[in-house]
Amino acid sequence: MQPSYIKVFLTFARNSLVRDMSFRMNFVLQCISSMSWAAMNWGLFKIIYQFTPAIGPDSGWRENEFFVFLGTIWIINSLVQTFVMVNAQDFSELIRTGNLDFALLKPIDTQFLISFPRINWAQLANCFLGVLVVIYYLRQLSLEPERDIHISFLTVLAYLFFVLCGTIIMYSVMIVLSSTSIWLGRNQHLSSFWFYITNFYRYPMEIYQRHGIGWALWGTFTFVVPILVVSNVPARVFAQPSPGASAWEPWEFYLACYTVVATVGSLLVSRWVFKRALLSYRSASS
Amino acid sequence: MYDQALTWWTFFQISINERLVYRFDFMLGTLMRFLPTLTQIFLWWAIYDVVSNEAVVAAGERPDGEIAGYRYGDMIAYYLMVIISRAFSSMPGLTSGIANQVRSGEIKKFLIQPVDMMGCLLMQRIAHKLVYYLVAALPFALVFYLCGDFFESGWPPVNVLIVFFAALVLSFMLGFFLEACLGLISFWFLEVTSLTFIYMLLNFLLSGHMFPLELLPTEPIDLYLFEINIRGMVDLLPFKYLAYFPAAVFLGKIQGPELYTGLAIEFAWVVFFIVLSRTLWWRGVKRYSGYGG
Repeated sequence: MQPSYIKVFLTFARNSLVRDMSFRMNFVLQCISSMSWAAMNWGLFKIIYQFTPAIGPDSGWRENEFFVFLGTIWIINSLVQTFVMVNAQDFSELIRTGNLDFALLKPIDTQFLISFPRINWAQLANCFLGVLVVIYYLRQLSLEPERDIHISFLTVLAYLFFVLCGTIIMYSVMIVLSSTSIWLGRNQHLSSFWFYITNFYRYPMEIYQRHGIGWALWGTFTFVVPILVVSNVPARVFAQPSPGASAWEPWEFYLACYTVVATVGSLLVSRWVFKRALLSYRSASS
Repeated sequence: MYDQALTWWTFFQISINERLVYRFDFMLGTLMRFLPTLTQIFLWWAIYDVVSNEAVVAAGERPDGEIAGYRYGDMIAYYLMVIISRAFSSMPGLTSGIANQVRSGEIKKFLIQPVDMMGCLLMQRIAHKLVYYLVAALPFALVFYLCGDFFESGWPPVNVLIVFFAALVLSFMLGFFLEACLGLISFWFLEVTSLTFIYMLLNFLLSGHMFPLELLPTEPIDLYLFEINIRGMVDLLPFKYLAYFPAAVFLGKIQGPELYTGLAIEFAWVVFFIVLSRTLWWRGVKRYSGYGG
């Protein structure tokens, strides 16, 4: 019998919510803590923009545009942390303890089963914060006389679509990273890996487009591990084109199309790596 | 006295050996720590391009603009030096370690044995840090060699170097006793996670870890009910000695008599937290009650 994936997912979601709600104070503290890190991030760039009108000359990343970018990152980060992070860490732990046996035995796709059992609802707080920030700074942008920002239904749809693409790419990256623990035995550095990787996609990609090392970074994180498009493409949907231009330039369209290809590609690669890794799985003890 | 010293020496040796087990993992971890610096280099490059002469930028030379007295090279050098400061002052797991021992009752062993807990923990930390510097020296040297260009004014004079090293050693002591005090609060509140979190946030923001403190506004900010001078306030707090002060000393941002007054204030903070941790320990132990085995 084919299991109903949606039903199983909803059960996971409900269980996680029940679990989170039984430690309500902890839940609130977690929300506050992730939101204050975000607020601090905002403060840092508020300070930087006291000293400069933009990041990169003629790049179009002035204060309002950049904060739309930042809000977008919070949304994607929080989605990944809500749905993926805990599970990726748990997966590493399952491998180390040998409890993956039980997941393998269940009549449901193993990747699905290890991907979604826990949903960290508290992390969604930053998603709401991100939405608020994006809306607020979009409004600020639309008030600027030299810009004419048109947010149509289609733009919003495109934005949501690329946010989803970004989240899927990040999910694939995490699956690949956590699958490596099958070969390594243990992957304690998963969360630091996450930190170091997100470190590269936190800024507009224009800053890397110079100097040999910059281009190498840009190429690596666009084509090998496509995390730069995760944040840049959705943010550009709202915050670019630059003043004066009324629509995207051709290369931005190519980049957007590439994002779709990259999303499908990384999903397939992660699936392949996951299956390969399972083949090398040897249960621990008994 | 001699016995005491011998006990501490033994703790020291055990901790050294414990750490050397993972030396390769260590080296890799240290190199990874510099990855964020790579993005900082490009981020600030883009920012400095905007505030610099257009001709210089067009010629593809290093941007010549200044932000709060920092040129582009200074800014990157600052972030690199902060990594060194933090290698001395950060104490991962100290607060939560003490809190766990209090909560689980493991702390009883220090009440029964004639061993001082703070001394033992301090020895452990010194050993861990020494091993860390030993193993991390190679990756640090590599990164600083590659980034040598950013240090535009080269090595500082000898007296500044001495103050710099003294500031680093004191920042280690300050970090240790400050976090130990936080951990000892668990005698009163069993759960100190949220307290640790607030401390981490303040530390990150006010120690100069995120940006040079010169970027903070010096003018008083009107908050309707009262005025607040953020820079002045940060100067009164101990946090800046954990990251900003040693880095700023090395880069020549602090000069003349302020070098020594700064060092003296840092020393005073260390003494303050040593006394505080002793007091907290004695009062805490009096309060403490352990049950069962």
